[in-house]
Amino acid sequence: MALLNFDTTRNPQKAFVSMGLLLLVALAFPFIAQNFGNSWVRIADLALLYIMLALGLNVVVGFAGLLDLGYIAFYAIGAYLTGLLASPQFATLLESLINLHPGTGEALAAVFGEEIRTNGIHLSVWFIVPLAAALAGLFGAILGAPTLKLRGDYLAIVTLGFGEIIRIFMNNLNDPINITNGPQGINLIDPIKVFGVDLAGAAGSGAMVQVGPWSMPSVNAYYFLFLLLTIATIFVTSRLQHSRLGRAWVAIREDEIAAKAMGINTRNVKLLAFSMGATFGGVAGAMFASFQGFVSPESFSLTESIAVLAMVVLGGIGHIPGVVLGGLLLAALPEVLRHVVEPLQQQLFGKILIEAEVLRQLLYGLAMVVIMLNRPAGLWPSPKHEDRPDGDSDTKSQSSGVVPA
Amino acid sequence: MSEVILNIQGVNKRFGGLQALTDVGITIGRGQIYGLIGPNGAGKTTFFNVITGLYQPDTGTFELAGKPYSPSAPHAVAKAGIARTFQNIRLFGEMTALENVMVGRHVRSHQGVFGAIFRHKAARQEEASIRQRAQELLDFVGIGQFASRTSKYLSYGDQRRLEIARALATDPQLLALDEPAAGMNATEKLALRELLVKIKNEGKTVLLIEHDVKLMMGLCDRITVLEYGKRIAEGLPHEIQSNQAVIDAYLGGAH
Repeated sequence: MALLNFDTTRNPQKAFVSMGLLLLVALAFPFIAQNFGNSWVRIADLALLYIMLALGLNVVVGFAGLLDLGYIAFYAIGAYLTGLLASPQFATLLESLINLHPGTGEALAAVFGEEIRTNGIHLSVWFIVPLAAALAGLFGAILGAPTLKLRGDYLAIVTLGFGEIIRIFMNNLNDPINITNGPQGINLIDPIKVFGVDLAGAAGSGAMVQVGPWSMPSVNAYYFLFLLLTIATIFVTSRLQHSRLGRAWVAIREDEIAAKAMGINTRNVKLLAFSMGATFGGVAGAMFASFQGFVSPESFSLTESIAVLAMVVLGGIGHIPGVVLGGLLLAALPEVLRHVVEPLQQQLFGKILIEAEVLRQLLYGLAMVVIMLNRPAGLWPSPKHEDRPDGDSDTKSQSSGVVPA
Repeated sequence: MSEVILNIQGVNKRFGGLQALTDVGITIGRGQIYGLIGPNGAGKTTFFNVITGLYQPDTGTFELAGKPYSPSAPHAVAKAGIARTFQNIRLFGEMTALENVMVGRHVRSHQGVFGAIFRHKAARQEEASIRQRAQELLDFVGIGQFASRTSKYLSYGDQRRLEIARALATDPQLLALDEPAAGMNATEKLALRELLVKIKNEGKTVLLIEHDVKLMMGLCDRITVLEYGKRIAEGLPHEIQSNQAVIDAYLGGAH
């Protein structure tokens, strides 16, 4: 990692050169990868979404030190909000509402116009993204509020429960009012349109997107959108980190009682951390729903929460470049293995000995164990600023030895 | 005595069946170094925690600079103007020394999410002034050269100083130090004493808990002695030294 350096305060020149180089690589990637098939760019698209999630979770877990095992709930909230407001699903909701309570249902139809009876609501991405951010942020604060007095394992268990609650809600909110369409999920979600360009490609174009004179596959268009959002997330979270609030979060992580004694209102500051973290999850969820065109509760299971947490921890908790690296590796690695493992076995042994799916899980687990054993602070942890090695004298436990009189 | 900065009366605090504090009061004048002493388990730290909002008292009236304040939450007390340090040092270990002190400025600054993200002019100015003040305070306590060092790697004495600098960063009317000399050797104690005098000369008021009676006698303007949660003596250091109740408390009375 010595080649790249992102410490803008200590070494700004090198940091900006590193960022520029990385941006060039990121911009060039889809043009190179598309030669090997769209699936590689698709993997990158999903990896970018995971990086956004990991960066959001990093605010809660990395900065404020609040172990959140239910983070995927906010991803789900963003995704389902998009499913509801950018698909025919709202028509179904309205129908069930009219059956249940005609007055309210008819009033809704009157307010939003008659066509929502058949077509549902189709909001533009410009409304969806802020709405998803706001709703997820609100839920972040709501779910954070009961956990304020909890720490460590207890906090983890409660947040895990909240994550499951949201998923179970998504699974069951199809009766009596059909909001989420239950286990079947919401289908036919609108693809994203920005400035009149449909990122899924115009009808009959074979999923090619026309941007001015250029034409590119749909996955590439999404790639650039997600890249932009990821960069925005990196920008916002790093600005937050190096601010009065970021310091307050780290202070709470390091010593909550001392933070209180220094005048930090830990309740508000923690809620803000939950809320800010959730915001990024909500936006990523909205993007996911539009990108896939389909959401169902299965996508928001506990294992997803854990995968995102693993990205944060493996990458380097609290360190933004590390978290990006962790997200990239853990999101892309399983997919790459899926593509590589079977052909490789075919070549080596002439037949497939272990199925890709099995081997993939094995290698994924092995990679995690090896990384944690060799780099317990993560692949790329925050730099430490000490002039002396860790085990030197003069630490607290080895103080002068004078017993107070 | 000049103007009264802290006036606390009638504090009772019970932990289950243990009456930890019984009708304890304290009156501190502005610019004093005020000592709170007593044998182990006398309730010094409990009283301290009540003053700074860490424990909720059962009864008691609390006034800071003539205005009543409510010790209901530590952050509210810090905002009201009492800053404290801890008996067992509580620094933000992974942060640098400078960042630790910058956290102390939290309560006297205002920028929120918007300012953090957009860094408009007011936000940049506030951040710069926080940084500058923090560096000044590090210089003041004499560890300015370690500003960028991770605080847990500082030496023990320097960690104590850093904690004092961090408390001073909240612009306190009263600086409350819980056993700042604990675990220090003679040289470090002497240096600490100089620092406390320097803080006093800046016009700050200091409330000091300490075991080291020798240090206290030469340093404090007035002293309160606690034993078994009760105030057994209050007065000038030499009065305390010759007070029979205090001598009995420390050496064991003749029964």
